[in-house]
Amino acid sequence: MRSLTCDVLVIGSGPAGLAAAYEAKKHGAEDVLLLERNDELGGILQQCIHTGFGVREFGEDLSGPEYAWRWIARARSADLRVLSETMVLGVDHSRRVVASSRALGLVEILPRALVLAMGCRERPRGALAIPGSRPAGVFTAGTAQRLVNIEGYMPGERYVILGSGDIGMIMARRLTLEGAQVVAVCEILPYISGLRRNLVQCIRDFDIPLHLCTTVTEVRGRDRVESVIVSRVDEQWRPIAGTRQEIPCDTLLLSVGLVPENELTRMAGATIDPATGGPVVDEGHGTDVPGIFAAGNVVHVYDLVDDVSAAARIAGRSAGRYVRQGAPEAGQRIRLRAGENVRAVVPQILGLAALEEGPVVLQFRARHPVEGPVRAELVMGEGAGARVLLSRRHRYVRPAEMVTMSLPPALAAELAAAGDSARDLAVRIIE
Amino acid sequence: MYDVIIIGAGVVGAHIARALSRYRLRILLLDKATDVGDGTTKANTAIVHAGYDAKPGSNKARLNVAGNALFEQVCGELDVEFDRCGTYVVGVSEEDRATLEDLYRRGRQNGIRGLSLVGGPEMRSREPGITESVTGALFAATGGLVDPFALCYAAAENAVGNGAELLLETEVQGFLREDDAVVGVRTNRGEFRSRWTVISAGVHADDLMRAAGLDGFTITPRKGEYFVLDRAARAQVRNVLFPCPTPVSKGILVTPTIHGNVMLGPTATDIDDKENLSTTPEGLNEVLTGALKLIPGLESRQIIRSFTGLRASGSTGDFMIDAPKERPGLLILAGIESPGLTASPAIALEVVEMLREAGLELQERAEYVPLRRGIPRFSQLSPAEQEALIARDPRYGRIICRCETVTEGEVVAACHGAIPARTYDALKRRTRVGTGRCQGGFDLPLVLEIMARELGLSPLEITQKGGASNIVVRRTKEVAE
Ligand SMILES: Cc1cc2nc3c(=O)[nH]c(=O)nc-3n(C[C@H](O)[C@H](O)[C@H](O)COP(=O)(O)OP(=O)(O)OC[C@H]3O[C@@H](n4cnc5c(N)ncnc54)[C@H](O)[C@@H]3O)c2cc1C
Ligand SMILES: Cc1cc2nc3c(=O)[nH]c(=O)nc-3n(C[C@H](O)[C@H](O)[C@H](O)COP(=O)(O)OP(=O)(O)OC[C@H]3O[C@@H](n4cnc5c(N)ncnc54)[C@H](O)[C@@H]3O)c2cc1C
Repeated sequence: MRSLTCDVLVIGSGPAGLAAAYEAKKHGAEDVLLLERNDELGGILQQCIHTGFGVREFGEDLSGPEYAWRWIARARSADLRVLSETMVLGVDHSRRVVASSRALGLVEILPRALVLAMGCRERPRGALAIPGSRPAGVFTAGTAQRLVNIEGYMPGERYVILGSGDIGMIMARRLTLEGAQVVAVCEILPYISGLRRNLVQCIRDFDIPLHLCTTVTEVRGRDRVESVIVSRVDEQWRPIAGTRQEIPCDTLLLSVGLVPENELTRMAGATIDPATGGPVVDEGHGTDVPGIFAAGNVVHVYDLVDDVSAAARIAGRSAGRYVRQGAPEAGQRIRLRAGENVRAVVPQILGLAALEEGPVVLQFRARHPVEGPVRAELVMGEGAGARVLLSRRHRYVRPAEMVTMSLPPALAAELAAAGDSARDLAVRIIE
Repeated sequence: MYDVIIIGAGVVGAHIARALSRYRLRILLLDKATDVGDGTTKANTAIVHAGYDAKPGSNKARLNVAGNALFEQVCGELDVEFDRCGTYVVGVSEEDRATLEDLYRRGRQNGIRGLSLVGGPEMRSREPGITESVTGALFAATGGLVDPFALCYAAAENAVGNGAELLLETEVQGFLREDDAVVGVRTNRGEFRSRWTVISAGVHADDLMRAAGLDGFTITPRKGEYFVLDRAARAQVRNVLFPCPTPVSKGILVTPTIHGNVMLGPTATDIDDKENLSTTPEGLNEVLTGALKLIPGLESRQIIRSFTGLRASGSTGDFMIDAPKERPGLLILAGIESPGLTASPAIALEVVEMLREAGLELQERAEYVPLRRGIPRFSQLSPAEQEALIARDPRYGRIICRCETVTEGEVVAACHGAIPARTYDALKRRTRVGTGRCQGGFDLPLVLEIMARELGLSPLEITQKGGASNIVVRRTKEVAE
């Protein structure tokens, strides 16, 4: 087997991989290798031909491919090594990576530091166990997006979309523009699960019927989907008797969530946070396996690519530094937990030494929406007696929109002084 | 003029074709579907039963035991994955203890070796995730797991390799008769004459019997619904676990599959529509509830797929294997429900003997080759073998299905096999693309392109399972008026 070495190996060339590789190079890693299983770099962005990318990163409203090209150009200028059409099959805790490609056969790669940036995948129909027949014409929204935007084929003519995730809403508009009919978007929750701007620009502007508190309870059709049965649901998501309605259609698209892609992370032995589905990381986006870092949607699912790039920079920087100087002195380490109305917090681990050096940004999502003023707080201890360390006002919170909180370096001293009682802090959102 | 026409290319018909292809005979294997094994053979529990539960003296008992004993040989010759891992029936109450002892005695009567009764604590150590209320189990060492799709297409490919002819998308609509005798079949592709006609048409065997003027035997389709779980669930399930059986079914079991997933099911509901393969909320709920009684730690979020199989439940309760006097030239296999998969190689040998006794001349062909090699399974090879394969054909270096690690080379090989994969489902059964946790989300666009290229079709013509099951319907930008 051919064997390669490098300073930093980055698996995946989406916005996370590109930014991590670029930053690792800038921060001291001489030899950075970027591996991608597709023939093109850029990850999922290549199929996101709509705009809405790059406002924060480039101050411009770009399409997905344009955003990717900007980063690919940066990577090229930084003289990274790139291996595309190469898929990583395995990783172990000593960072030995095995990949396969047509051109090279099996390759073993032994990097001094590794960044995982494999992105995420969509939740398939099976995960919902929708009863009924199993005809052709059931796709995840992202697969349909790829078929339409990259391959140039239409999966159907008359669509029902289950789930109001961003990809589903964006596809509703895309398919309408392609001359197809989107007859319903059904969402089991009482609110949409994607971004408000997509509701306005993709659903309302195109008069596409949106049904909240509604789900698909049966798929019908022999060869191809012929109709779906939709039902309204109660608070426990149980179908309400007497609300069944048959909607004729030839395609059912699922936009019911994204899951971080972490097979390789598990193989490497990194601890997975059940709340995010991604590895537990520290403020430098290091996993609990020395020399292995994680960036982008493998850590938790982002809603804005600009945030992915920003977080991946941190991972790249840490990997570069690890190559130069080995693991930094961690100092006291604090565990961050999800408190009231918070689903998960990233990073899960905060090192005080790092906080002393500069601000650390926490990212988290609300469990349920609050359409009025709220406070996001970092607290020590539980309930009413909790000591509030930091409190930030927000006009509202919605599960679809990530909330961030920047911890000032000054907080480090306060936490150090609190000693053992500050080992475990919670983030909460209260009205 | 054929010597033998076999109606139905399920696992039974395929093994009959293979067993007959050993002799100097003109054989035609017919199926109405777009691929072999598209009936009950594609949707069952895939267990090679030991044979402890069939009624002593029945065809089921005899052919189960005989079939079971053939699996090393058959799977070895045909390159089919098989694991004689043993199976358990688990008791959870005092009454179950008696049932287990009954099954044990019955098994001994059926001539089965390797049966043992296991105590509750011992069972818990063999299956750490099992319910606390386990009181004991019956272990059948000769039980096993097989790849049911491969058991069928491998036998059919081997038959074709030995000169049998296969016609797919060919539906038998009636029989050609000379007086009482059956002398061939009428199909949507014309008439075919033969000296012998074998009905091995699964749930449709009784319809064909009626078409041949034979009444009295009926088949009631009995639905079995299943869940398939992610490979990760394998950590919680080590063994094949049946609950104690009821009079109508073997109950909801929890089992690993030969490919490393976990499967739960089946239910047992009589229905009247032989094409109804839908799953139901009640059925799926019953599957989950039943499975949790055996392994309480199973998680519903591990579900990646549900499906349904139809048992060809016959009115006599036993396999019917008969060459009725009143219809010379016709041989009937009907009511081949469980353990039909296990029995299939033995049923085939029995059919050969019946035809021989009825006067069909069987001369061995010197060129007969019992061996068949499947396409390489990249994910199952050692790194050195993987390297050698990619060196020979670089397409084996390109991974098409990320969850199951299937390569472009395998997809291409399946499109050009002895029985080519012409639909997405046929490809799935031969290569496992799209059967993992993302259920085709990743591979589908790639597979469409490769299949179209290899089969000389447009992606618009590729179907999931034949008929009108097209996957994509038009090019973008082409809007109808
Ligand atoms: C279908 C879909 C549509 C989306 N649409 C939008 C949108 O419109 N707007 C938005 O802001 N966000 C969207 N997202 C979220 C989007 O994924 C992120 O915002 C961003 O692209 C994530 O960047 P990433 O680099 O983490 O992952 P990705 O962009 O997914 O990149 C991961 C890369 O890793 C590669 N890879 C994975 N495993 C391996 C391996 N084993 N070996 C080699 N390479 C590997 C993949 O091929 C891929 O190129 C979408 C996500 C999906 C799944
Ligand atoms: C829920 C369930 C669980 C089971 N579990 C097990 C198990 O664990 N172990 C075991 O040993 N057995 C099991 N079985 C039984 C086993 O699956 C069957 O016995 C076996 O698959 C039957 O094969 P077959 O070839 O007879 O039928 P099929 O596979 O149904 O094949 C019949 C074929 O005939 C074709 N056909 C029908 N009519 C016509 C026509 N008019 N013209 C042309 N073609 C026609 C059909 O298209 C079909 O391909 C199970 C069955 C079910 C339903």
